[in-house]
Amino acid sequence: MQQSRLKRVLILLAGWCVALLLFFPILWMVLTSFKTEIAAISTPPLLFFRPTLSAYAAVQAQSNYLHFALNSIVISVGGTVVALLLSIPAAYAMAFHPTRRTRGTLLWMLSTKMLPPVGVLVPIYLLFKTSGLLDTRIGLLGIYALMNLPITVWMLFTFFREMPHDILEAGRMDGAGTWGEVWHLLLPLTMPGVASTGLLSLILCWNEAFWSLNVTSVNAAPLTAFIASFSSPEGLFFAKLSAASTMAVAPILVFGWFSQRQLVRGLTFGAVK
Amino acid sequence: MKISLRRIAMGAVATTAIGCATTTAHADATITIATVNNGDMVIMQGLSDRFEQSHPGIHLRWVVLEENTLRQRLTTDIATDAGQFDVLTIGNYDAPIWAKQGWLSPLDMPASYDVGDLLKPVRDGLTYKGQLYGLPFYAESAMTYYRSDLFRKAGLTMPAQPTYAEVRGFADRLTDKAHGIYGMCLRGKPGWGLNMATVTSMVHAFGGQWFDTAWRAQIDTPSWRQAVGYYVDILQKDGPPGATSNGFNENLALFAGGHCAMWIDATVAAGSLYDKKSSSVADSVAFAPMPTGSFTGGPTWLWSWNLAIPRTSHNQEAAKQFVAWATSKQYVQLVAQQKGWVAVPPGTRASTYASPEYKQAAPFAGFVVAAIDSSNPNGQTKAPRPATGAQFVAIPEFQGIGTQVGQIVASALAGQTSVEQALRRSQSVTDRTMRQAGYSASGAPSP
Repeated sequence: MQQSRLKRVLILLAGWCVALLLFFPILWMVLTSFKTEIAAISTPPLLFFRPTLSAYAAVQAQSNYLHFALNSIVISVGGTVVALLLSIPAAYAMAFHPTRRTRGTLLWMLSTKMLPPVGVLVPIYLLFKTSGLLDTRIGLLGIYALMNLPITVWMLFTFFREMPHDILEAGRMDGAGTWGEVWHLLLPLTMPGVASTGLLSLILCWNEAFWSLNVTSVNAAPLTAFIASFSSPEGLFFAKLSAASTMAVAPILVFGWFSQRQLVRGLTFGAVK
Repeated sequence: MKISLRRIAMGAVATTAIGCATTTAHADATITIATVNNGDMVIMQGLSDRFEQSHPGIHLRWVVLEENTLRQRLTTDIATDAGQFDVLTIGNYDAPIWAKQGWLSPLDMPASYDVGDLLKPVRDGLTYKGQLYGLPFYAESAMTYYRSDLFRKAGLTMPAQPTYAEVRGFADRLTDKAHGIYGMCLRGKPGWGLNMATVTSMVHAFGGQWFDTAWRAQIDTPSWRQAVGYYVDILQKDGPPGATSNGFNENLALFAGGHCAMWIDATVAAGSLYDKKSSSVADSVAFAPMPTGSFTGGPTWLWSWNLAIPRTSHNQEAAKQFVAWATSKQYVQLVAQQKGWVAVPPGTRASTYASPEYKQAAPFAGFVVAAIDSSNPNGQTKAPRPATGAQFVAIPEFQGIGTQVGQIVASALAGQTSVEQALRRSQSVTDRTMRQAGYSASGAPSP
């Protein structure tokens, strides 16, 4: 009895250690954002200090945070919705009506993620320039949707495959068409999986920095561009950069906190039968 | 009261003068300015509403990016003829290379702008085939910062012109690792503009160079062995721990925090080190010129941040008006009046250094202008060289080569490889890149 309690305490301790280890960079960023520039880079690093909001004030004075945040929200949510709209039918077809080439197609889709993005920078830049998509939200939204498509298709495909075919067959017996099958049976039953796919896509869009820095300038620049603008080759900037980063990750962190139950449920969905 | 009236009068004069110096645009134009987040640029951004007030037809939009991202973004934009930017912030490394590519618009400035007032080495760095392609916003050379209190305590005196040998002696004496005092701080973080800026200026001082006149790499040579050997030795013995992760900012923090007895780096640090708000050693910081080695008079160090207009801009005239405003004498006056003389952009105009107020506010002013004047970026190394540039080589390939060699030098500094091995590898890496870039094996530059 006592041994099992000890075991539980040890597991709990280990869990907390791992959690703290993973959370530490974020904690340090938040702490640094309340320091002065000199305190932010002092050696040895300061754990206890007099907090100040000066970095936040400087960031606010220099940039319009809301403009960047709004762009991030529109582009990330939009990109995720488009990715889901395209990947749900694709994953449905692959999971329930596979052909000889389904496996190959899935692998080929995943292989597009293996190409470094900079390899296609110039062609995409030229396409955007010709079609007037440079520095537009719709342009970046399109890139994000396509960029996440392989991941969302793969994830949904895995979730859909877990679903017993008999349920869909029963639906068809009762006269449901393809649309009815997906809408009334498949999606409600795999909702945790769909939700976690959407959440993952949203987080990936929110954090993406290569394309957002390269194809936007002012109008469509999201929070990644906001953070990048506080890095300085000459001068102290860690406190301001940390303040900008804290402001940039705050919305997605709060969102993640509220949806963590859904996310965990989705990621372990179908794991234990 | 008297002071505030004087300030108001000065402000009015400065604003009117700027208004008169540049003609007002009639048609509405929105210009996009791409820049980096350095203190002087942040001040410019803050004061830019004055420009918009005096030029009612011109609106400004700002894109602020990290230096390397900015360079990548701008080259992509110009090379694809996309025209997203109207004003670019570029270094004196980029300016002649981009001008040669035909990417920049030539800048013919009116007499009222007084091009002759721009410091000659800085102006020369922005000139390609006799034509000016960028206007300097601020410029810097390098100097030796040292702690007068530590020197006094150890009974040492910094000579008016130190040599590298003397500096090493001082560093050995002053290092007190038990109390967190390191005799010498230098850039160790790898990068063409980071550790290689320091190493290149040292190599020149020790009589070496990157290439001979036939573009053959000259790295595996006695002068490089001497320079890099000195650099590695002094940092390993007297430098702070983890020197390979220290760039300009990290060393600035170390010196400002009282951990360095000496630091050789960009003159632009002087403003921060003298400011009590950002430096705990403001009362004891002193300065001397960069040390000299066996070859004096060679290129030392010159960097400038400049404003240029890409050929792809659709608002050439409005962009030119902004560039002229931001680099004018009147802008310097405006910053002095709004932010104080110590905050004016340094290193660009002779008139700034002639100002008694500036000399009073910035005791390091004389050293800075002397360092810039003697930086000699177009000058020759001990043996003739084929390219220009003080702490860099002004060819497009240098970014790649400098960063690769920088990584190898950093591995020598970290003790993972010997200096001899590092230089042999650097030589072969440079040879290969130059061959691939079309500089033929026989040494003649490609047509």
